[in-house]
Amino acid sequence: MSTSVDVTLSVNGERVARRVEARRHLVDFLRLDLGLTGTHTGCEHGVCGACTVRVDGVIVRGCLVLAASLDGATVETIEGLTESGEIADLQTAFVERNAAQCGFCTPAMLLTAADLLSAAARDGAVPSREAIREHIAGNYCRCTGYHAIVDAIETVATARAGKGRS
Amino acid sequence: MYDFAYHKPKSVADAAAAVKKASDGKLMSGGMTLIPTLKQRLAHPSDVVDLAGVSDLVGIKVDATGVTIGAMTKHADVASSADVARAIPALAALAGGIGDRQVRNRGTIGGSVANNDPAADYPAALVALGATVTTNERKIAAEDFFKGMFETALKDGEIVTSVSFPTATKAAYMKFPNPASRYAMVGVFVAQTASGPRVAVTGAGPAVFRVKAMEEALAKSWSADAVANVKVPAEGLNSDIHASAEYRAHLVTVMAKRAVAAAG
Repeated sequence: MSTSVDVTLSVNGERVARRVEARRHLVDFLRLDLGLTGTHTGCEHGVCGACTVRVDGVIVRGCLVLAASLDGATVETIEGLTESGEIADLQTAFVERNAAQCGFCTPAMLLTAADLLSAAARDGAVPSREAIREHIAGNYCRCTGYHAIVDAIETVATARAGKGRS
Repeated sequence: MYDFAYHKPKSVADAAAAVKKASDGKLMSGGMTLIPTLKQRLAHPSDVVDLAGVSDLVGIKVDATGVTIGAMTKHADVASSADVARAIPALAALAGGIGDRQVRNRGTIGGSVANNDPAADYPAALVALGATVTTNERKIAAEDFFKGMFETALKDGEIVTSVSFPTATKAAYMKFPNPASRYAMVGVFVAQTASGPRVAVTGAGPAVFRVKAMEEALAKSWSADAVANVKVPAEGLNSDIHASAEYRAHLVTVMAKRAVAAAG
């Protein structure tokens, strides 16, 4: 039995077919095989959250997902979300609120914040600051102390809810 | 991570056959523990058999007697299930407190119970509610299932297919989470079941255990005060940089009090 696997998946809307080693995790696949370096590897064992990507519509730890398991999957990364404009307001708010310092955690933080904002849009509610902190609990930031990040996410949640009502 | 052969069967029978055929096969469900273990080279299986392709193992069934959760059902789906929240709200709440959002979107109940991490949340629910673990070979009562640290009644290659929880009159789970990773440094699940009150503790010892003295106290009077004076001996409890055995013993009583109060 071979230790390599053929997979075909969608990455940021593009069809990708590759032969991958079974032990290749998703972030290495994105970074090394596809050149998508926006997704980061921090701790590489499922604690820091810097590897957060969207798989089949939900956020996951990319460093704890085998690329081999993703045949037929839909993967979205910070590059895809940036290009589609889905998080343009969130990115602007992060800049305005100084929610990024070294920036290492930022792509993943944006993915997790986007996840919360789409859940909030479904529920038609603006999440509390406590709920924001809870949602980003799996994403470490060692620079900001989180306050500015919570500010930025809250700003966008409020703004989006306002737009929905008008 | 060492190399291994990867399999993604579509049925439990094929998965069982693949593990059996491998020289040193390992089953993978959500991979939230197995993949870090492989990375640290603490495991070196010849073959990894991924259960993610077995769609029969996913789903939640609720009837008058209880809740049955397919082994590959993710924590996020248990947490957000309106049916689970109605039948056993404490179970939905427990699932919603496992790890973080990203882990809940991948981790599964079958993987959690089969791994039997001493700090896992689910074992406390299984033991307190008197759940039954169903495998591809048999049914195992929760109390007979969890044997010790990372040790269960499962035989090599045996596959957990579902977990069935009977409903309880009252139930609640309270944990003192590790501040960084959210695993239970101590978690206590209390339940008023058909066979009386049950108190199951996870995170504190090598594996989940019941506190009979608290159960007896609750049988006399279901109140937080009833368990407030029941102390658990520190001997044999886990001790690490996060909490000493003595502190964990103290937390068992604190979490039990909070759980009883939350259960109402």
